[in-house]
Amino acid sequence: MKKEQQLDLYYQMVLIRRLEERGAELYQAGKIGGFMHLYIGQEAVSTGLIAAREERDRVITAYRDHGVAVNCGISANEVMAELLGKATGMSKGKGGSMHMADVSKNMWGGHAIVGGHLPIASGFAIGDQYAGNDNITICMFGDGATNIGYFHEALNISKIWNLRVLWVCENNQYGMGTAVDRASAVTEIRQKAEGYGMKNGQVDGMDVTKVYEAAAEAMKYVRESSQPYLLEIDTYRFRGHSMGDPERYRKQEEVKKWQENDPIGIFNKQLLDKKVATKKVLDEIEARVEEEVAKAVEFAEASPEPAMEELFTDIYAD
Amino acid sequence: MAKITMREAISQALMEEMDRDPKVFIMGEEVGVWGGTYAVTKGFYDKYGAARVKDTPIAENAIIGGAIGAAMVGQRPIAELMTINFGFSAMDYIVNQASKLHYMFGGQFTLPMVIRAVGGGGRQLGATHSQTPDAIFAHFPGLKVVSPGTPEDAKGLLKSAIRSNDPILFIEHATMYQVRGEVPEGEYTIPIGKSKIQRAGKDVTIVTYCKGLELSMKAADELSKQGIEVEVVDLRTLRPLDMEPVIESFKKTNRAVVVEEGWKSYGVGSEIVSRIYEEAFDYVDAPIIRVAQKEVPLPYNRTLEQAALPQVADITAAVKEVLK
Repeated sequence: MKKEQQLDLYYQMVLIRRLEERGAELYQAGKIGGFMHLYIGQEAVSTGLIAAREERDRVITAYRDHGVAVNCGISANEVMAELLGKATGMSKGKGGSMHMADVSKNMWGGHAIVGGHLPIASGFAIGDQYAGNDNITICMFGDGATNIGYFHEALNISKIWNLRVLWVCENNQYGMGTAVDRASAVTEIRQKAEGYGMKNGQVDGMDVTKVYEAAAEAMKYVRESSQPYLLEIDTYRFRGHSMGDPERYRKQEEVKKWQENDPIGIFNKQLLDKKVATKKVLDEIEARVEEEVAKAVEFAEASPEPAMEELFTDIYAD
Repeated sequence: MAKITMREAISQALMEEMDRDPKVFIMGEEVGVWGGTYAVTKGFYDKYGAARVKDTPIAENAIIGGAIGAAMVGQRPIAELMTINFGFSAMDYIVNQASKLHYMFGGQFTLPMVIRAVGGGGRQLGATHSQTPDAIFAHFPGLKVVSPGTPEDAKGLLKSAIRSNDPILFIEHATMYQVRGEVPEGEYTIPIGKSKIQRAGKDVTIVTYCKGLELSMKAADELSKQGIEVEVVDLRTLRPLDMEPVIESFKKTNRAVVVEEGWKSYGVGSEIVSRIYEEAFDYVDAPIIRVAQKEVPLPYNRTLEQAALPQVADITAAVKEVLK
């Protein structure tokens, strides 16, 4: 990766972190409703992954989607506006935290039913294959989604129909509050791809450089072989499953241990050690992010509520 | 006008639209090499090839979810559910995805897709393969539910459904593929969301659709011989529901019977009766009667099965009852 790109990835990771920290405050203040699932701790996963995609490649993910939205190029303003349910959000305030999408950025959501978007991702690839397009689909999901039937139907059809899908399992060790070994017959999720004769790999998700390299290699394979691939990315969420999680299922020591491997801290150190950037440069990035997030909150708060007519628009296209 | 079967009408609609628009393709269980479980797509595989007539695994989530994804990225898939009963396996895709995605993402993408599903009882297939759960699917805003009762309507409505930019559940009846009817020569479509008077009359309004239409038209013939002229209104589309012809007819006859094959409780009839009371209460001369399936899982035994399903005699009796 070139220096500029590395600094850009650092900027994206810090932006996701700060945006969500502010989001959590606004949630506590009652300005954001519904469910909100924070990506804090997992920033290196989507940042490294999306950095390796080409713009024509489609991205679809689960409900922990704010980070993916930012990585796909959706502005902090729009993310914050959608969180606040404002008319200026990408989905006009009708989707909320779990349904962030911007088709113009090839970000196809934000899907709230666990595993539900996997067959839809296969569908993207079916559509692209039918149309003769040469792009790929990148489908992200959690470890919890690999225990539901949708996962298996989607992986199976992607293999028998030679669909260009990169399946990306973000293994953050828990499906809500249930640890992987309590919910999944195999704790190494990538093994599930073996049952479908599908090539697979695994990478440390706390190191954005490693994620980027593994993702680039996996995407090259999918693109060139017209075969699906399952990439397992091991990571950890520092916050609860969603806002208001009592976290009875894990010990604070475990969280602390993972927090010592903070993906932003790791990358910060790498950039300094390899002399890609000075502390001053990284501090400047942090300051830029602070300002951007403050402006995003301002923008979202000043944005109008959706018009009442919006209640009855977009139910049908015809 | 040519007289063709329901099967031929549906098959013609599919073929004409596939010839017309290369974005249209079919996917489902046994639609290709086998030729379709009800032989609707017989010959399609040879004509269009495996890319346009896709044989899927028995995996309803992959079928409907796959169609949703392909539609979102601009194709016009027709997904086939071998029976509507298997739609319950894909309920998440029909209810949580197809019906919601356009709205939930602020209209960012459309879902131009059709789900063809075969429903209905009367073929001794037992309780799990014989249901008429149309009302369940019609409950959800965002989905359109079409269920024709004549070959003419089946062809015209299916062509409209394939051209529509919305997700449409198109429900056919397992015992009606051999039903024959006049179909216009050449190209035509029929708009979705329009009810139709299939038979004019002055004494009682029968509101029905799909299999209920076949039964109601027979009942109307019998009643006519006895001097009772019923008007038969065919809903054709359950959502969006077009009540105008129903209300108009009711204001004339002041009496109605609603006929459906599904269960009576929480059914299509319940909705129609409520709407008539809401919109034309002052015109009511007699309590409206619902003719529907008995409240049991359908049994295999032919006699018991027929006893559970609505019959022509149930309709004629109901019409006489509302005329008392």
